[in-house]
Amino acid sequence: MDTFKNLIVILMSSVLVNNYVLSRFLGICPFLGVSKKLGQATGMGVSVIFVMLIATLVTWPIQHYVLDPMNLGYMQTIVFILVIAALVQFVEIVLKKFMPALHKSLGVYLPLITTNCAVLGVTINNITDGYNFVESLVSSLGVGLGFLLAMVLFAGVRSRLDESDVPECFKGLPVTLIAASFVSLAFFGFAGVVDNLFA
Amino acid sequence: MNKNSNMSVLLRGLLLENPVFVLILGTCPTLATTTTVIGALSMGLAAMAVLICSNAVISLLRKVIPDGVRIPCYIVIIAGFVTMVQMFVQAFLPEIYELLGVYLALITVNCIILGRAEMFASKNTVGRSVLDGIGMGLGFTLALVAMATVREVLGSGSFAGIALPFFSTHTISFFIKAPGGMLVYGVMIAIVNKLTHGKAPRKKSFACAGCPSAAMCSAGACETSAVKEDN
Repeated sequence: MDTFKNLIVILMSSVLVNNYVLSRFLGICPFLGVSKKLGQATGMGVSVIFVMLIATLVTWPIQHYVLDPMNLGYMQTIVFILVIAALVQFVEIVLKKFMPALHKSLGVYLPLITTNCAVLGVTINNITDGYNFVESLVSSLGVGLGFLLAMVLFAGVRSRLDESDVPECFKGLPVTLIAASFVSLAFFGFAGVVDNLFA
Repeated sequence: MNKNSNMSVLLRGLLLENPVFVLILGTCPTLATTTTVIGALSMGLAAMAVLICSNAVISLLRKVIPDGVRIPCYIVIIAGFVTMVQMFVQAFLPEIYELLGVYLALITVNCIILGRAEMFASKNTVGRSVLDGIGMGLGFTLALVAMATVREVLGSGSFAGIALPFFSTHTISFFIKAPGGMLVYGVMIAIVNKLTHGKAPRKKSFACAGCPSAAMCSAGACETSAVKEDN
């Protein structure tokens, strides 16, 4: 029961409290770039969850069964980014061949994800936080869900923003960032939630 | 000034093509490491070191690397230099290593470095690429320090760890938290927009033309939406 509780806490805290986009600033580029339309935001979010889970599935065993026993911990960054880049390519090829429908909806987002710092960030953080294999997977799922949530919420805000009248020099990115700042402020309200979840 | 002179390659990174405020590259470290001036300065210098080295090597190898696999090649070169910087900082500046944490490793996927490799180093000579690296690195560092100054003075009432009179008794902790970072960044971009009005290349669709993945996803999601908007 305690393990289960622990997993729930990890999941909830990575979705709401430590939301990667809004409080840790990872994956800001796709957050700002692909959040114009709700459909695109959802597609990107789902692809990120997918890639994060697969990346964790592969990088965690690599760290614990290859890099650590051979004292190659310092190779972490190079190995992880290569694995993620290769994995994304591989997933794209497999999807194209066997699941063309899924590829059509997710395919365009996959190359973008290689350089998404949230993916590299979550794999490295899972190792530094000392999570075990199942905890790592749950935390990746949580981070991915948090990313999707932030994207979808923000796509809604932006569709309103498009119609509003803003000063010339604030047009485009500046006003978007300021809107993001308020969305992020709203997420601060979750800070106490997880600690008191099982109290 | 001649647009292609070496001097202009060096200088344009500072304001007119400032990577942070005009090209909108590397937003993640910009927001995350600017809570303290020291953190911002060390992040800027670390990224600059990687940028200069990777620009030089990528420019040297630009005729050897096949076009189809260039992005993975760039990533490996960059990740190699990042690991070197990481080990150096860990060995000689352990406090900075603690302060920057995961963001040091994440220089690997910093769009500035991959973006300059793709946009500049892969098409120019070694000398010019190094100059570009220095200019862009300085621009990045300056932008980070400028943002960190605003956030640290208002948020924790100090500058580079030294407490300031008045500010230290009137701190607004909002500025060192996540939303404050985005707010300051947005306002800073607006100020730079105003200052360089008409001179800086105006970006119609941000975070895409400057994004290193733009080359890979020419048929991709944000590209098509940007094209639609232009029409």
